[in-house]
Amino acid sequence: MKKLIFVLLVLISSHAAASSGGMELQSAKIDLDNKASLQRGAKFFVNYCLSCHSAKQLRYSRMAEDLGISPELVELNLMFTGEKIFDGMTISMRPKDAEKWFGVNPPDLSLIARSRGADWLYTYLKSFYIDDTRPFGVNNALFPKVGMPHVLADLQGLQKAVYKDVKSADGTVRSVIDHLEIAEPGRMDEREFDIAMHDLVNFMTYMGEPAKLERQRLGWKVLLFILLMLGVFYLLKKEYWKDIH
Amino acid sequence: MSGMMKSALNWMDDRFPLSKVWNEHLAEYYAPKNFNWMYYFGSLAMLVLVNQIITGIFLTIHYKPDAKLAFDSVEYIMRDVEWGWLIRYMHSTGASAFFIVVYMHMFRGLVYGSFKKPRELVWIFGMIIYVALMAEAFMGYLLPWGQMSYWGAQVIVSLFGAIPYVGEDLALWLRGDYVISDATLNRFFAFHVIAIPLVLVILVFMHIVALHAVGSNNPEGIEIKKHKDEKGIPLDGIPFHPYYSVKDLVGVAVFLFIFALIIFYMPEMGGYFLEHANFVPADPLKTPEHIAPVWYFTPFYAVLRAVPDKFLGVVAMAGAIIVLFLLPWLDRGVNKSIRYRGPVFKAAIVAFCISFVGLGYFGMQPVTAVGTFFSRFFSIVYFGFFLLMPWYSNLKQDKYVPERVEEK
Repeated sequence: MKKLIFVLLVLISSHAAASSGGMELQSAKIDLDNKASLQRGAKFFVNYCLSCHSAKQLRYSRMAEDLGISPELVELNLMFTGEKIFDGMTISMRPKDAEKWFGVNPPDLSLIARSRGADWLYTYLKSFYIDDTRPFGVNNALFPKVGMPHVLADLQGLQKAVYKDVKSADGTVRSVIDHLEIAEPGRMDEREFDIAMHDLVNFMTYMGEPAKLERQRLGWKVLLFILLMLGVFYLLKKEYWKDIH
Repeated sequence: MSGMMKSALNWMDDRFPLSKVWNEHLAEYYAPKNFNWMYYFGSLAMLVLVNQIITGIFLTIHYKPDAKLAFDSVEYIMRDVEWGWLIRYMHSTGASAFFIVVYMHMFRGLVYGSFKKPRELVWIFGMIIYVALMAEAFMGYLLPWGQMSYWGAQVIVSLFGAIPYVGEDLALWLRGDYVISDATLNRFFAFHVIAIPLVLVILVFMHIVALHAVGSNNPEGIEIKKHKDEKGIPLDGIPFHPYYSVKDLVGVAVFLFIFALIIFYMPEMGGYFLEHANFVPADPLKTPEHIAPVWYFTPFYAVLRAVPDKFLGVVAMAGAIIVLFLLPWLDRGVNKSIRYRGPVFKAAIVAFCISFVGLGYFGMQPVTAVGTFFSRFFSIVYFGFFLLMPWYSNLKQDKYVPERVEEK
């Protein structure tokens, strides 16, 4: 019975959530135990994301502690705008200006990995392609008409979309994106960029729930304790019920 | 007992009926000896209630019921409050656990006929607890002030607007504003942390007092009070304490294992316990693509959507809950337990379970033609189960029920 419940729980929880744009999501292969990856991800995040997007729920000090970076190093290498180490990751761009420049205010990213999912973010970051009809010259295959420019273009380079024709049920032929391929190479090759995005999404997943590592480390001990408790209670019950038929 | 303890107890008993209450409800409350695992869920519901109250108090200490601060204060609890994440997950998982436990508890009452004479009031008090619990969960879900909190509340409160003549004014009165806003958040907070919990605790008290007056049913549906020994103790009864108090501890441990497994390893439960869209702060200007209530409301939400007319949908949804109240008078069968009832009744129970789970599933999905078809079909089965019960429960198919709980 318990086994069955467990299997059901696992089945339910593996049920994938967010979807949009009709592209297949690629696995971000999250590994929160990989501190080096989280540190590299933090570097990418503050360099490429943190000028337009805030992550106000995450304090620099918390990040330093969880990622095993000394506060001095964080202040020196990861903080640029004169905040204090106990501050959250805020930005100086005013929402009103942002709206004028990008059409929408770039959302705070503290919880984006929890609302969108890590795989969505990973795929999204890899899905920018050249589209001259858009204000910043790029579009996104996963999130069409997104207001964000391709800030990682110097790393990835620029991709172009390769189209294919599909016949829909009513006989009309539409051309849809089949895949994306590099048109102008950037500083990284494809593999390096994949690893960089894995690191970045890994960090953003950490950022969404810093306590996740702690709860997973603690969980099995609690479960073990409850199991022992169950054993004791079961024997107690058997002892008391000996004379009941 | 030492002399000192004894005299302290006597002093107490002269002023407060401590021994009397202890004996009446625990040490000399005789419960049938043949309870099975389905009887764990009553005590588990109490455990979850206590969990919700205690974790709720700690959350209230740090939470800010203000539309500008609420979302961030929840994240503050998740990140900066010592053990805040654990307290919050215990509360959010506890909400879903409460409904799982209560649904199992109600299902047990249904199949063993625990709602039948003389336990009608036990069932009615239980049903009021269930309705209060739904109100409690609904209002609590607004408090994190995420997108699903906001739009879920918007959809549900606007349902009151479908009531002719008074609807719009009623919805306005409930919200305290023309849309869900800070005023709504404040009043929902008040209801969630004090008004409804108070009602719940009083109702649980009445539920138990009523149960202990008539005595517990059992999987055989045999009235153990029919056969008593010379001291007036039921022959098939055993004192609740220590027998069921220690047995319930086993159920508690199994429950806690699953509960902890979810809290530590899958607190979102794939979006069923904590919806993904609720990690986005409430935005009154941006409607989410798909608004779905939390899983425990979806059977009734599916009934609502199955009816083409909005007002009639609301009536059907309310009806789906009201028919549950009438169960003791709809069932005209003589025997209580499903073990001694006829094949038609057994089949009806199976059909009801399938339709309830089916409605729950389609209530979560976006509207599709197939979904609407099945929602309608299952709604008919659901109502058919109750409204045809006076007929099919009285087909004289029931079997002979033994007089005593048999020795195993």
